[in-house]
Amino acid sequence: MEAAVFILSLVDCCALIFLSVYFIITLSDLECDYINARACCSKLNKWVIPEMIGQCLSTMLMLVSMHWFIFLLNLPVAAWNIYRYAKVPMGNMGVFDPTEIHNRGQLKSHMKEAMIKLGYHLLCFFIYLYSMILALIND
Amino acid sequence: MSTAGFNSQNGTGTGQTYTNGPSQNPVSLQQLPGVSYGMTHQSTFNPMQAKASVASGPGLYSSGPYQPIPPVSSYQSVPPPSSFPALPGQPLLTSPPMGGPPSHTPPLSASPSPGPRLTSAQAMPPPPAVSTGNYYASPQQPMATAWQYNTPPLQMGPPTSMSTPPSATVANHVNPALGSTVPPPPQTSSAAYGSAPVLHSVTHPPVPGMPPTSLHGYTQPGIAPPPVNPILSHGYQPNRALYGAPPTGPPPTGPLPSMKSTPPPTGPPLANAPPPPPKADAQCGGSVNSSQLPTESDSQEGDIECPGMVAGNGLQASSNYNHVDNKTAGRPQPGSPGQHLGHYPSLPPGYQNAPSAHNATSPMHPALQSTTQPYAQTPQPYQQPPGGPGPAQLSPSLAAMSLQSSTPEALRVVNLLQERNLLPPTPIPAPMPCLPQDLQKVNCNPEVFRCTLTSIPQTQSLLNKAKMPLGLLLHPFKDLSQLPVVTSSTIVRCRSCRTYINPFVSFLDQRRWKCNLCYRVNDVPEEFMYNPVSRAYGEPHKRPEVQNATIEFIAPSEYMLRPPQPAVYLFVLDVSHNAVETGYLNVFCQSLLDNINALPGDSRTKVGFITFDSTIHFYNLQEGLSQPQMLIVSDIEDIFLPTPDSLLVNLNECKELVQDLLKNLPNLFQKTMETQSALGSALQAAFKLLSPTGGRMSVFQTQLPNLGVGALQSREDPNQRASAKDIQHLSPATDFYKKLALDCSGQQVAVDLFLLSAQYCDLASLGCISRYSAGSVYYYPSYHHQHNPAQVERFQKDLKRYLTRKIGFEAVMRIRCTKGLSIHTFHGNFFVRSTDLLSLPNVNPDAGFAVQMSIEENLDDMQVVSFQAALLYTSSKGERRIRVHTLCLPVVNSLSDIFAGADVQAITGLLACMAVDRSVTASLSDARDAMTNAAIDSLASYRQSVLTIQQPGLLAPACLRLFPLYILALLKQKAFRTGTSTRLDDRVFAMCQLKYQPLAYAMLMIHPALYRVDDLTDEGALNINERTIPQPRVLQLSVEKLNREGAFLMDTGMIMYLWVGRNCNPNFLTQVLGVPSYTAVPDNLYLLPDLDTAESQRTRAFIGWLRDQRPFSPTLHIIKDESQLKSSFMQNMIEDRTEAALSYYEFLLHLQQQISK
Repeated sequence: MEAAVFILSLVDCCALIFLSVYFIITLSDLECDYINARACCSKLNKWVIPEMIGQCLSTMLMLVSMHWFIFLLNLPVAAWNIYRYAKVPMGNMGVFDPTEIHNRGQLKSHMKEAMIKLGYHLLCFFIYLYSMILALIND
Repeated sequence: MSTAGFNSQNGTGTGQTYTNGPSQNPVSLQQLPGVSYGMTHQSTFNPMQAKASVASGPGLYSSGPYQPIPPVSSYQSVPPPSSFPALPGQPLLTSPPMGGPPSHTPPLSASPSPGPRLTSAQAMPPPPAVSTGNYYASPQQPMATAWQYNTPPLQMGPPTSMSTPPSATVANHVNPALGSTVPPPPQTSSAAYGSAPVLHSVTHPPVPGMPPTSLHGYTQPGIAPPPVNPILSHGYQPNRALYGAPPTGPPPTGPLPSMKSTPPPTGPPLANAPPPPPKADAQCGGSVNSSQLPTESDSQEGDIECPGMVAGNGLQASSNYNHVDNKTAGRPQPGSPGQHLGHYPSLPPGYQNAPSAHNATSPMHPALQSTTQPYAQTPQPYQQPPGGPGPAQLSPSLAAMSLQSSTPEALRVVNLLQERNLLPPTPIPAPMPCLPQDLQKVNCNPEVFRCTLTSIPQTQSLLNKAKMPLGLLLHPFKDLSQLPVVTSSTIVRCRSCRTYINPFVSFLDQRRWKCNLCYRVNDVPEEFMYNPVSRAYGEPHKRPEVQNATIEFIAPSEYMLRPPQPAVYLFVLDVSHNAVETGYLNVFCQSLLDNINALPGDSRTKVGFITFDSTIHFYNLQEGLSQPQMLIVSDIEDIFLPTPDSLLVNLNECKELVQDLLKNLPNLFQKTMETQSALGSALQAAFKLLSPTGGRMSVFQTQLPNLGVGALQSREDPNQRASAKDIQHLSPATDFYKKLALDCSGQQVAVDLFLLSAQYCDLASLGCISRYSAGSVYYYPSYHHQHNPAQVERFQKDLKRYLTRKIGFEAVMRIRCTKGLSIHTFHGNFFVRSTDLLSLPNVNPDAGFAVQMSIEENLDDMQVVSFQAALLYTSSKGERRIRVHTLCLPVVNSLSDIFAGADVQAITGLLACMAVDRSVTASLSDARDAMTNAAIDSLASYRQSVLTIQQPGLLAPACLRLFPLYILALLKQKAFRTGTSTRLDDRVFAMCQLKYQPLAYAMLMIHPALYRVDDLTDEGALNINERTIPQPRVLQLSVEKLNREGAFLMDTGMIMYLWVGRNCNPNFLTQVLGVPSYTAVPDNLYLLPDLDTAESQRTRAFIGWLRDQRPFSPTLHIIKDESQLKSSFMQNMIEDRTEAALSYYEFLLHLQQQISK
């Protein structure tokens, strides 16, 4: 059971890592002017909700399986994802707005956020891996 | 090097083809086979209409003689290959024939230049001792930084555009099948004109009519789209193929911002930099400096990629404004400043003279002079005098002394609490940057290009310390009376950063020039060696491009991706019951009828009309019809075009039908009872109609759209209008209009919105359609043809200007700045397509732009920095043109110099833009606090770091003496005021205006001008065109200045108020107003009677002169004490206390209290 939870988390985490990398690549494409803001934002906005769901999923898994430490580790990121999504103004086209992304250093902060998330997911990945192996051994 | 060689180099460059030219509209980078340069259409360029003074300029768009096509080709074969035809004695040349150096006067001398403010010796960098104080006093907010682009981003390989490839466009255009086959025929009905009302009602239910294709044949006679007539221009462009290569060539190998270093000073790189700022990039800058010898070689190999520096700097750099905001939270709000009156007793008068005591100290230190002199003398001012900035080596005490000795006028200390009459009697000129004479002479006109700090700080930390925003304010498409136009087959640009050659580049020798933005050394192409003005060979530095900071190029075909589009105008008119009630249709139709021949355009000009209420009505105007046909589409959910190719028709061929339609249109809907408005669908239909060509869509709307897509709800609570709490709903309610605007922008369609409404229309949401498609917004609150004649008059005049003003289509603007500076925020109406590229489907002469900048990289070894705005557009005659403005500013390393160069009006304008952003993204109170803090912080910084003698009072440098007044004016401006009843739409419109208007007009909105006009005399009058224009002094905006015996004119930009005092001089009443007594002054007087008296002539001359200075026409209201408008007149008395806001003196006390904390 324990192992199953962690295997699931591991898969989820992998998906999130890929998503982070995708975010970083797309944003740096925009930075280098390979794609235009409109295309970039519509690409990224599509994945905001999946990312949120993925993050919440692993948080819930940890809560249900009562791994408190990992749950607390996951909680802030999940909360941030939800907050970020919820606070988008009505007139904006999503978390990433093509008319805003070049203003006020938004591109840079999005980039930084994606980087931090990548690091965080990598950390989680190893924690899950370790916990999974531990669980498998204990079984 | 031959031209061809240059070109081939350009093509096969080392991946650094920043192919700015062709990719300025980077739809797809391969050229169309049939790309044609529409030379046939460029016989004349439309002269600027509206302004008489403008039209008189001799060099005005002298496109005629500049671009005869035969000379172009003939010039190409002759060794001197330029096509700037040097017709002898040509009066159209704006620069006089340049025989020798002394004669190169700049053509842009129209600006009211106050003369050099001070000699360069006085203003050169004083020692840095004063600035070595505390930096980084408060926490930085890395969020606020700009992105770290130090070089203009590359435009490269992959097609990076939002616009569809032109091939698709073309196909779409010539193939009408799409529109005609898709629509279900029953929903289209055609109504003949005469019986239109009847048929209209009859055909509302779906009638199985003929399919639209049968309404007319698809002959498509004269309205053949431009793509199908490939005008050959190959002879004209022999090297086109070569030029065409770069776009298709290999894209650059990555985000390689070539950080070419500048020749380092000979000393240790950092030794002479004054207060070493926390250099994240120290290792990087150091390595750049040390790794490259100060050679002038073509230093492509020397390019050093230095990503570490970028990241490091980025984290530290922080915009001033956000910085300001950090304080907002920490600083407790003071109580009513009125309470503090006792704490600040007025100063003894002796204090006022304190500043003059400064001036008596030691003479200027010789080191200062020695550094400045070579600078002023060398013709190549970019070369650093060896040894770097001299003052930095002075001992602090000496430095401080020499600073005081050379206090320029701009730094004269002013105690704001003591000096009452700070407002100068005349309009305030822009400060002149402290540049050497020869550079200053050719610098860009401040009305076109202006920087908030005319002396650029060397480092971001210095900028942070000054607490003033750094930004540019542009008015790039301003109607200019003199504009040199150059036709040249090769436009000389830097190979690395694609900067256009400009007066501030340096010529290393005859054959090489060094870019002033990226410092790359480029070759001078063969063609450029010939100077068409003097007809001399071997004088590249005398070419008009190098003599004028503002210049226009006729772009060769590399600068177009598709043939230049024709002028296309589509009018989308609200014809609901509400709209008919206001009666605007009559005015609109009449104006368009009157100006139909003055619409800018050529033989290809197209027009179209759409009207809408709850359904969308199209007008088939195809040639050959006896009268216009109205086609009604009632399926607003899935809009389609009934006859896609006969709705937009060639104006010349179908003028009679168009006129017929305009005459009938107002009557057509006279009896309509339809109250709903399906604006969203109408916009979608209009977008579909325009998307194959691009063009201008003018939307007239009179109510909240409430049907179909884009329907909005009323969000305004009238009870909250005067609320002192936060104002809600400043941001759009839906993203529909934004999305549509971006679609429009991608298809080169601009949407101009005319809002004529008495009720709430949610301009915050509707305005998006114009904002992101580079349109403009006009708002006429309470428009009614009978009840509000003043608005009608304004609407008429605005329409006339709107219809006849110059227009540029499918434009892009790129703003480049010297390496080390970067733009991080843009203000204005456009879509930011990439980091420095603004997409402007239309550009008009009344649009202003602002950008905020940050210093990413220390400007240690630079004396000057430059900014270049290049606007590429298609003129209404179908020419591709590039208008280039270049501004050059000195770099300084001490706070006092930064303060001395502060441009208070530009700072206010930029702060207003920033505050608008802040009110939308955060809240209004946040924005208000940020503005107050901007004043507090900059004055506090001045007090702490620049002033050596501390004295009581609120001290400000003379150049910033009006800053608190302007900030207070902003706080009381319609956009930002609280506590006074303000309709939401009025507020949002004021915000739009602040962002969109050029600085000169925005300043009038912020701080109106008040004149006393009952005693105008000819003393000191201007004399323009035989007319004497009296010049009364500008009065402070305080009731104290009003006088019952007088009459006062207040000019708020859009509206002028003429307030007549109760006991006004009877002479004025009879001679100017033409009434016997005060009581006989009518209530609604909008015009000064045309009396033949000296007083009347003077007054009218003065008001006419004020009106002529701006492109729009302000309305005049003559008000008495009892008038309704008295309150709006009085609301502009910003120095006075109101129930909700502080008086000027109280505000100063508040500032002082905060500063001395």
